[in-house]
Amino acid sequence: MKILVPVKRVIDYNVKPRVKADGSGVDLANVKMSMNPFDEIAVEEAIRLKEAGSAEEIVAVSIGPAKAQETLRTALAMGADRAILVQTDDEVEPLAVAKILKAIVDEETPGLVILGKQAIDDDSNQTGQMLAALLGRPQGTFASKVVIEGDSVSVTREVDGGLETVKLAMPAIVTTDLRLNEPRYASLPNIMKAKKKPLDNKTPADYGVETAPRLKTLKVSEPPVRQAGIKVEDVDALVAKLKEMGVA
Amino acid sequence: MKTLVWVEHDNASLKDATLATVTAASKLGEVHLLVAGSGCRAVAEAAAQIAGVGKVHLADNAAYEHGLAENAAPLIADLMGHHDAFLAPATTTGKNIAPRVAALLDVMQISDIISVEGEKTFTRPIYAGNAIATVESSDAKLVITVRGTAFEKAAATGGSAAIEDVAGPGDAGLSSFVGAEIAKSERPELTSAKIIVSGGRALKDGPTFEEYIMPLADKLGAAVGASRAAVDSGYVPNDYQVGQTGKIVAPEVYIAVGISGAIQHLAGMKDSKTIIAINKDEDAPIFQVADIGLVADLFNAVPELTGKL
Repeated sequence: MKILVPVKRVIDYNVKPRVKADGSGVDLANVKMSMNPFDEIAVEEAIRLKEAGSAEEIVAVSIGPAKAQETLRTALAMGADRAILVQTDDEVEPLAVAKILKAIVDEETPGLVILGKQAIDDDSNQTGQMLAALLGRPQGTFASKVVIEGDSVSVTREVDGGLETVKLAMPAIVTTDLRLNEPRYASLPNIMKAKKKPLDNKTPADYGVETAPRLKTLKVSEPPVRQAGIKVEDVDALVAKLKEMGVA
Repeated sequence: MKTLVWVEHDNASLKDATLATVTAASKLGEVHLLVAGSGCRAVAEAAAQIAGVGKVHLADNAAYEHGLAENAAPLIADLMGHHDAFLAPATTTGKNIAPRVAALLDVMQISDIISVEGEKTFTRPIYAGNAIATVESSDAKLVITVRGTAFEKAAATGGSAAIEDVAGPGDAGLSSFVGAEIAKSERPELTSAKIIVSGGRALKDGPTFEEYIMPLADKLGAAVGASRAAVDSGYVPNDYQVGQTGKIVAPEVYIAVGISGAIQHLAGMKDSKTIIAINKDEDAPIFQVADIGLVADLFNAVPELTGKL
């Protein structure tokens, strides 16, 4: 079985985003960029399935600017076998990403596609579900456990009330939640080896997908700022405050 | 505009998240509801009483019992033949189903809206709530998920909508429900609680979390939440997590105990009306958003507080 793992280059998890003064977006100039954390979990899960003998090949794919190549090299250094870069400088919305991924799935015929549940830049949480719809295949979203059982996959999902397990006919789409695994760090020898692994360059046009956005961003602004309040001296003062508020 | 709202339920009772979504939908136009489930007529009857609802579509079929997206999405896509917008609460159910509907309709979804600015214009948080985007859709139909804490709840009674049975395509044969471990608790639900007591990494371990946080929560009739650090360390299960990737809450009072206040946690609770923080580190970022702060060792302060309430 082959596993396809889409990865996105996003602002690093530890960087606090700054809104541009002209309201046109978030300032990404000279900001550290990394692989979307949920996608790292997806790469790790694919590698574990390969190590367990459930998969033979892992193909990483990224849709984005030339620099997304670095993100793909990270996936290759972690353990993916080859990579596809669908290069574009335009911002590509989840629906168009899903259409490009569908075209790649049609070519590559993976048994599983594992994606992060959301990217930490646009926080959309859509691509996996959309890809599953376009392919007419089942989806196991927000996964905290993935078990292959013959020609189906059992996915335990993190839902609002706790956990839920579904059984999906393969090929299937899985999106990762935080507790699925802890991604490994790529070792130096593996980073060197990753430079020699195959990386294909494509464009959205190669897949016949139109990426013009459907949503127009009119404005990006700072969220309302919460002012720090008061500090109380001791528990008695806190109790008094709570009583004032009618809480106690 | 005719809207269709996904009713969140457990086949027996309607979940509160639905009510805020009804309010968002009513800003766009006429509100129709969809109750999809199995043996769920009582839910449809409750839904028909929500103020301002024009019609309730009831799809009662074993295929819809567990809200499987593979079965629900084609049903919704069919109903969208005569509706202009589909809105679902941004719960794990809504987030699972809505994008599948959007792709079937060839529409770009608008996730997690916090306001309706016009017929096709909405605001939504991006970058974990560090920025707010105003977006305008160019699609003929709209697919939207709604952040529950950003809209008032519609009144649960006062309406008298007609219930119309719909058949739907049934089981897609792609997926099946195996089981669920749903936490049973006497305490209020996190996303609808008026008061929340949340614990962080400083609670050390599961038994300590239990010993210090639970009595305070019970004294206040509060729900219990936790930071990602506390959940990742296994003090409490994942459904306690408040934050960017957990639950988004906005109670009247949020009491953060031993939580430093990472951006990802603040993203999940900074719309709370009053934030109270107890932390021994006076430089903890949580104090920058707290209305009332107490710099103290939680292991002394929390039992004292519980005792004096």
